Amino acid sequence: MNSIQLIYLIPLLPFVGFLINGLARNALSKSLVSIIGSGVIFLSFLLSVVVFLNVRDEGFIPQVISYFEFINAGKIKVDFAFQIDQLSSLFLLIITGVSFLIHVYSTSYMKEETAPHFARYFSYLNLFVFSMLLLVLGANYVIMFLGWEGVGLCSYLLIGYWFKNTSYNNAAKKAFIMNRIGDLGFLLGIFWMINAFGTVSFTDLFNPQTGIINSISSNSSTLVGITLLLFAGAIGKSAQIPLYTWLPDAMAGPTPVSALIHAATMVTAGIYMIARSNLMYTLAPTTMMVVAIVGLSTAILAATIALKQNDIKKVLAYSTVSQLGYMFLGLGVGAYTGAVFHVMTHAFFKALLFLGAGSVIHAMGGELDIRKMGGLSKHMRITYITFFIGCIAIAGIPPFSGFFSKDEILAGAFAKNPVLYVIGLGGALLTAFYMFRLLAMTFMGKFRGTEEQLHHVHESPSAITITLIILAFLSIVGGLVGIPEYLMSGGHRLAEFLNPIFAQSNNILIKNEIPHQTEILLTVVSTILIILISGWAWKKYKNYQTETAEETGFAKVLQNKWYVDELYDAIIVRPLKSLSVFLNNVIERSGIDGLVNGVGRGINYGSRQIRLLQSGQVGAYILMMVIGTIVLFIIQMFAK
Amino acid sequence: MEIKWYIFLSVALFCIGIIGALTRRNAIIVFMCIELMLNSVNLLLVAFSKMHMHGMGAVFPQYATDAQLFVFFIMVVAAAEVSVGLAIIVMMYRNTHSIDINFLNRLKN
Repeated sequence: MNSIQLIYLIPLLPFVGFLINGLARNALSKSLVSIIGSGVIFLSFLLSVVVFLNVRDEGFIPQVISYFEFINAGKIKVDFAFQIDQLSSLFLLIITGVSFLIHVYSTSYMKEETAPHFARYFSYLNLFVFSMLLLVLGANYVIMFLGWEGVGLCSYLLIGYWFKNTSYNNAAKKAFIMNRIGDLGFLLGIFWMINAFGTVSFTDLFNPQTGIINSISSNSSTLVGITLLLFAGAIGKSAQIPLYTWLPDAMAGPTPVSALIHAATMVTAGIYMIARSNLMYTLAPTTMMVVAIVGLSTAILAATIALKQNDIKKVLAYSTVSQLGYMFLGLGVGAYTGAVFHVMTHAFFKALLFLGAGSVIHAMGGELDIRKMGGLSKHMRITYITFFIGCIAIAGIPPFSGFFSKDEILAGAFAKNPVLYVIGLGGALLTAFYMFRLLAMTFMGKFRGTEEQLHHVHESPSAITITLIILAFLSIVGGLVGIPEYLMSGGHRLAEFLNPIFAQSNNILIKNEIPHQTEILLTVVSTILIILISGWAWKKYKNYQTETAEETGFAKVLQNKWYVDELYDAIIVRPLKSLSVFLNNVIERSGIDGLVNGVGRGINYGSRQIRLLQSGQVGAYILMMVIGTIVLFIIQMFAK
Repeated sequence: MEIKWYIFLSVALFCIGIIGALTRRNAIIVFMCIELMLNSVNLLLVAFSKMHMHGMGAVFPQYATDAQLFVFFIMVVAAAEVSVGLAIIVMMYRNTHSIDINFLNRLKN
């Protein structure tokens, strides 16, 4: 049996789960909801594994399965079609795998919710997985956009899951609006594409033999325009400068949601989109440069902000923004495999870190401030060890997964321009610093919370710890699929696997091959630096005591996130608000209202006058009729 | 006799009818004036029919007497109208003890 025929089930199952949990939320018990919610994802995961193995063994060319005609208007024809190839099958695996673990985790984490809300939560999660799978499986940009919008919606719904809290609702709205700004760019990109190429299908555009892109000259303005607009979409979805501020606020949602949507899967949609359109980007070097610069500056900016945050989830959120910046750097310098590799490893260790943070928050009874934690390693062994593994992985210490993927991106940056490498390495050092600061402040030293909290601290239930252990295991070994060439010939299994997707781009890109010695030297230097910095941060914050002193100078700027939110507030939000107030008071009240009321008043006055003609005297009516007839006669006579 | 005399007579009758209908307040007189207008039209129809009898009628004999037929229709309609109208006037007199049409002006404004 050909498993490819069954791929429609992969997104369909979560959708069915969404319908059941969503519609019957008042009837189903919590355990039933958990089983349905996690079960459908597990089935999807199994199918994804089958599909993945199939793709790996056959190594086939992209296979497109069209289900029905979606749009047919004029010269544009869009099918509702799924495309299975190496890239989408890999993403299927990541998405369904991590989602399944997070569903299992959620069954325990959310168990204090009432049954209808519990079911609502799971239905949103299922809907999210459905949208994400649609995004990944879509065989053209329009289907991708459907999924793209779907994940944005689910993100909004889940950030605002506790809808009774106004600030959570505002965070949800902020995320949605920021995403919409990016989506506008994506949409315009699609329109331009339809106008320029007459198609949005990946096969029509990127096919090595017949693809339309092949005949477009490199760096043509059309290509640069389209890629920049699509990148604007990616900026919104993947939280890059200047639209990144929604992601830290998105931490208002439940912690598993942060892990799933705002760390592991949805925010990587932008990376997926660019990896999918890699040929188009390769042919537009200007855009590549923009992507690399935006990615790198986001990586650095977010890392500096993370240094001074005290909210455990905020630190992780900024680290996510920063890691996404790395992925874009990888894409921008043409290290597509490295970027996709980093998506994969990041999904493992960032999900692990978030879920670990969730476990801590759970134990601390909802406390988020790491200044009030400390010493938790004694009480939560498993959480502590897995969190430690996650920190090592994200910091990039070998042989954990983050090392391999980050190293590959940095090597790509070095090949492009050593300056990019140096700045990127600086970001990696910052990452190591703030992660170990977070780790030390949370788990080491003396407990700084209240007595009551200390009494309450406990290791989390098994649904949580088992998930953490699995993710920790993946964070350790996940990097081994991409061992660099200089360590083991043919060790980069992932690059081999993804080769058909990126082969064309790799042929076009002019790669400065760096000698293996240089590469080894760079790796050794960076590793030593990272370990030193980690050790320093560890030592510095191991015995952290609560400081009451206000931060000053530069530290204060960092703590206030470079005042970016305030800046946006001053230059965009407040002028818009005053404009709205002006429009409301002046244009609306006196202009439009005056016009509308004026028409009403005029008609009222006119009818009052005309009413006098109706005298009730039949004679008068007849007289008017006669006059009218005579007038008509006269007109008739002179009109000829 | 020339056609113009018929037309003069007819127009004169019609104008008398209009002026009467406009100026008089007695419902019966107004009614008579309306009849007068109808009959002036009848007169005109017959006169034109007679005039065309030799021109058009010679070519299309089947249309020669159409206008005169219309006169009968108008008479029948007028008779029906008179019966209804007089009934209304009778009812009006019973209710108001007056046949002054300006008395019934409650629809004004």
